[in-house]
Amino acid sequence: MTTSTLTPDPSADPTELLPKKLAHARPLFDSEILRRAVWDSFVKLNPAKLCKNPVIFVVEAGAAVTTILLIRDIATSAAGTGFNLQITLWLWFTVLFANFAEAMAEARGKAQADSLRKTKSDSVAQRVAANGRTETVSASQLRAGDLVICEAGDTIPGDGEVVEGIATVDESVITGESAPVIRESGGDRSAVTGGTRVLSDRITIKITSNPGETFLDRMIALIEGAQRHKTPNEVALNILIAGLTLVFLLAVVTLQPFSQYSVAAAGAGSVPGVAVLVSLLVCLIPTTIGGLLSAIGIAGMDRVMQHNVLAMSGKAVEAAGDVNTLLLDKTGTITIGNRQAAEFIPVKGVTELELAEAAQLSSLADETPEGRSVVVLAKEKYGLRGRELSHHEAGFIPFSAHTRMSGVDINGSQLRKGATDSIIQFVEEHGGTVPGELREIADRISRQGGTPLAVSNGRRTLGVINLKDVVKGGMKKRLAQLRRMGITTVMITGDNPLTAAAIAAEAGVDSFLAQASPADKLNYIKKEQASGHLVAMTGDGTNDAPALAQADVGLAMNTGTMAAKEAGNMVDLDSNPTKLIEVVAIGKQLLITRGALTTFSVANDVAKYFAIIPAMFMATYPALGALNIMGLHSPKSAVLAAVIFNALIIIALVPLALRGVKYRPAGAGALLRRNLLLYGLGGLIVPFPGIWAIDQIVHVLGLA
Amino acid sequence: MTPNGILQILAFFGLVAAVAKPLGAHMARLFTGERTFLHPLLRPLERLCYKLAGVREDVEQRWTQYAGSLLSFSFFSFLFTYLIQRLQGWLPWNPAGFGTGRAPSNATAMTADLAFNTAASFVANTNWQSYMGETTVSYFVQMAVLTVQNFVSAAVGVAVAVALIRGFARQEANSVGNFWVDLTRAVVYVFLPLSLLGALFLCSQGVIQNWSAYTHATTLEGATQVIAQGPVASQEAIKLIGTNGGGFFNANSSHPFENPTPLTNLIEILMIFIVPAGLTYTFGRMVGDQRQGWAIFGAMSLLFLIGAFIVYGAEQAGNPNLARLGVETSATDAQPGGNMEGKEVRFGIAATSLFATVTTAASCGAVNSMHDSFTALGGLIPLFNMQSGEVIFGGTGAGLYGMLLFAILAVFIAGLMVGRTPEYLGKKIEGKEVKMAMLAILATSATILLFTGASSVIEFAKDSYWNGSHGAATGNLNNGGPHGFSEILYAFTSGAANNGSAFAGISANTPWYNLTIGLAMLFGRFLIIIPMLAVAGSLAAKKKLAITSGTLPTHGALFVILLAGTVVIVGALTFFPALSLGPIVEHLLMLQGRLF
Repeated sequence: MTTSTLTPDPSADPTELLPKKLAHARPLFDSEILRRAVWDSFVKLNPAKLCKNPVIFVVEAGAAVTTILLIRDIATSAAGTGFNLQITLWLWFTVLFANFAEAMAEARGKAQADSLRKTKSDSVAQRVAANGRTETVSASQLRAGDLVICEAGDTIPGDGEVVEGIATVDESVITGESAPVIRESGGDRSAVTGGTRVLSDRITIKITSNPGETFLDRMIALIEGAQRHKTPNEVALNILIAGLTLVFLLAVVTLQPFSQYSVAAAGAGSVPGVAVLVSLLVCLIPTTIGGLLSAIGIAGMDRVMQHNVLAMSGKAVEAAGDVNTLLLDKTGTITIGNRQAAEFIPVKGVTELELAEAAQLSSLADETPEGRSVVVLAKEKYGLRGRELSHHEAGFIPFSAHTRMSGVDINGSQLRKGATDSIIQFVEEHGGTVPGELREIADRISRQGGTPLAVSNGRRTLGVINLKDVVKGGMKKRLAQLRRMGITTVMITGDNPLTAAAIAAEAGVDSFLAQASPADKLNYIKKEQASGHLVAMTGDGTNDAPALAQADVGLAMNTGTMAAKEAGNMVDLDSNPTKLIEVVAIGKQLLITRGALTTFSVANDVAKYFAIIPAMFMATYPALGALNIMGLHSPKSAVLAAVIFNALIIIALVPLALRGVKYRPAGAGALLRRNLLLYGLGGLIVPFPGIWAIDQIVHVLGLA
Repeated sequence: MTPNGILQILAFFGLVAAVAKPLGAHMARLFTGERTFLHPLLRPLERLCYKLAGVREDVEQRWTQYAGSLLSFSFFSFLFTYLIQRLQGWLPWNPAGFGTGRAPSNATAMTADLAFNTAASFVANTNWQSYMGETTVSYFVQMAVLTVQNFVSAAVGVAVAVALIRGFARQEANSVGNFWVDLTRAVVYVFLPLSLLGALFLCSQGVIQNWSAYTHATTLEGATQVIAQGPVASQEAIKLIGTNGGGFFNANSSHPFENPTPLTNLIEILMIFIVPAGLTYTFGRMVGDQRQGWAIFGAMSLLFLIGAFIVYGAEQAGNPNLARLGVETSATDAQPGGNMEGKEVRFGIAATSLFATVTTAASCGAVNSMHDSFTALGGLIPLFNMQSGEVIFGGTGAGLYGMLLFAILAVFIAGLMVGRTPEYLGKKIEGKEVKMAMLAILATSATILLFTGASSVIEFAKDSYWNGSHGAATGNLNNGGPHGFSEILYAFTSGAANNGSAFAGISANTPWYNLTIGLAMLFGRFLIIIPMLAVAGSLAAKKKLAITSGTLPTHGALFVILLAGTVVIVGALTFFPALSLGPIVEHLLMLQGRLF
């Protein structure tokens, strides 16, 4: 994946659920992948492997039968071998085309796995031995529980947790993101991944996985599809198309005695030959979906991967499509990570300018995003330029959890900003009185979803800064799209209910969970599930792990702890919580693609009947020519055209299967209407001109 | 088509729609264990049944136990029916002396294969009649076994439907009800009162009810005519209400003693539809969303009305070859026009077309005309009604569970297209449900196609045991060409779909046809019931998912069309080759002037 930086194109419309184009995504067809896929299509002819796909297996069996009969005919120099030869060839093409679709999907994954594997060279590790000394061992000798030391330039030998030190790490192998990230002991940023590289400093790592079970190994295995189990949905669909295949097998097999009766009764014509019966069978059984089914699944997983999300199973991706409740963390998902100063509200007797100036001064040394935003606002609104102050002229008071305020002592002024209560206490301690207005302003800001920061100068109360949560651009529209898809969004926040309600209203989420502890989250998920909802959530901390495990779809952040990553069933390598929305869309797209192609496949049969049935019995009952509504030239060209159409449609739909059908967020009713028209009615109509055109070509070329 | 005819069909449909709700609501109360207005009167009878049979009505069964009870009940019913028929000569109420030395010369012997066929037929709620009522079976057989089976086999179908509804309605449950209780309640509170009313009404209109010996009358020409008698009305009512269709007489509802007037004709077809139509309402009520029931009703109605008007159109249009000969074939004040062959003058073309559509749509099988004499297209619809699985109202219970089977398939494919794991009424449709639905569909189509295929080619030595003097299995046909093929196809379709109506035109009382059609009826019944009960068990165990705007809506017009479309497409794809060699080519040949 080093070759592909898979973050969505920033120029793309952020409100689209699925970006049209991923930056640097692999092209659908490239020569290397094509070569590999073509070769694999032949390897897959092995019946022992093909029998897992009942529909295509039946085609292969049919092709084998016609081949044997063809050889017999050639040996006995019987008539009509030209037609039988063409039928036989096209039947084999049908099998190959289906194999090709699957091979294409797999080859794309393999190419990706290969590039990953290249980075996974066997590195050496500095292991801390029991006596405290370090020894150099090969990475493959490391076991869970070992301690290793990594310094700048070292490749981290295995997955683990930093137990000592802090370092910058290049994780581009995994994420494709070249900016280094910080990994440090303790907290939620302690997890490191084998194969990534330490850029600076020195850390001690406790290895958490055995060789072969590392994150990178799992990634390679997932991509290669080694662990690819059929999802429940795929199993059910397979049963359906296998059942349909059996029904059509019966319809075609019994056609033999039926035609025997008819030929005898009419005293004309002859019983259709095996090649024609096999052709009819192959045309009727759902070869289109049968051939593309596994490609759709593999490609769906691949699409998730291209969004830089690692799904632990196909089942998880499907579950994402089923989700009807989405738990979104407020900070970082719905709002941009930090609050920003939005206005200065002075108390009576203080000008806005005075307040702004004091606020700016008190924030000059405040390197938090909130502090910086105060400086910026003062500059933008009042043209106050931030001054460089040295420690000589000013004494900076940093924020502490105990005092809950920060500020600066300058020119005899004691400027402070902080929590309302703390400032009130500070002013009163200095012998001042606080106007009741301050609390009123602070409460009003809270009610509106902002955070009030009171400002004072010694015993004088100046006013309040309104820090507001800023809802991410385009978020409201995306949440509205989710609602149209029938998905309820729930905002999770540690804020008080008042603040939470205001932000929820501004962003347009359906509901919120305020002052939420990890236990509250878990209980909320359980409650939702009990009432029949499927829940998805994101999380990164260890305390999110139980909720991630409980949720039907748990998307863990790659920057998160190992516990969180283990608990979820997906990991977002970009650590972008909003990604959950894309994953849901991909899940839906996957299911729609399956349903659409199944419908299309079955609807195609109608036209094929109209091509083949009159062709079969033209000699016995010339009256059946009335059913030849396409006006096909001859019985042979009709059968051939139907078989060719049936084979070509598989190839024609490979790009659709790999890319997935177009998905627009809409309610179920609207989606159904649209897809039924497109793939149901379309599937009914398309084969008529298709078969007609092929018949024309077959006729012109004199093939039948 | 005449305005009068169109009006008859629409008026009939209006009556069905009007009756569906009250009857459906009554059944919903009954099967959820509530008291109904009939309880004060009939509860003692119900309790007596439990007491005699040792049934504990509060004990619920898992689906496997439910299926086990059902199969054992059906097996013993079958055995009992078989034995009583074979022993009729020793049993009472046998004025004609069937099975004894004094049987009339035209009597048909109740052979082992005929008794097997009849027992299978009545246990499977099919009522295919290889025997002729008035020349083969005694009054005792008619009343004690055939009529009894008419009641209980209909109730078995209702029980299965109710169990399946419970599968949708319950969640995380391991039981689907109690078979014995459902069976008893269906008989005591539904079929018994309805049949009583129906029989009294029919009697009032001239249907006979007696135990007299056959009347020997002297006709105007001086010939002697034997006029069959018997307890007709009591069997007639349940024959229709239970969608059984086995006539007391061979001529079935075209016989004036079974169906004397246009009024009785209307009420008889109404009786066929009321329980299946009512069950759609019961379904909606029990799953807690009546729109769901009306959607099923809507899909059934759509298919029914299309079918009825095609049959009526084809029959009223008649045979163009006659018109070419200068014969008046359009309806005038003086004559009905169209194709009157095989139809009763007192019913006319519209009422006959309607009867044929209703009886084949619901798996009743009673006939008031000879379907063999219909035009090719007029005969195609009854055939297709059966081949599409008897789900257009269908048999009592069987129609509903058959339609729900198609709903599962429709929801599965369409559900994927809205981007979710398919769900119906809050239940996920997964591998197991799809597997069972496909098994059920395979069972009927395989039965119809394989037996028809075998019978179109199999040869027997002349006068051998299997097919007697007919020789080859095609030797039993009255007609050649595609029409002959339709006769075979119709016979097995009617059997496997548990319809029981006869196209006629095929002499089916030979060991070969008795055995194969008998097996077709059993396969077509129980190889659907067992998978459907498995689905019920699997659904009941599932959690009910919440309905959101992302859920496929299953109550609107779109779903009705989708469901009806699924029924037609599955049926058409399976049977198009067979139909094209039967009625379709026959129709095309008729247009060219060739008849069979």
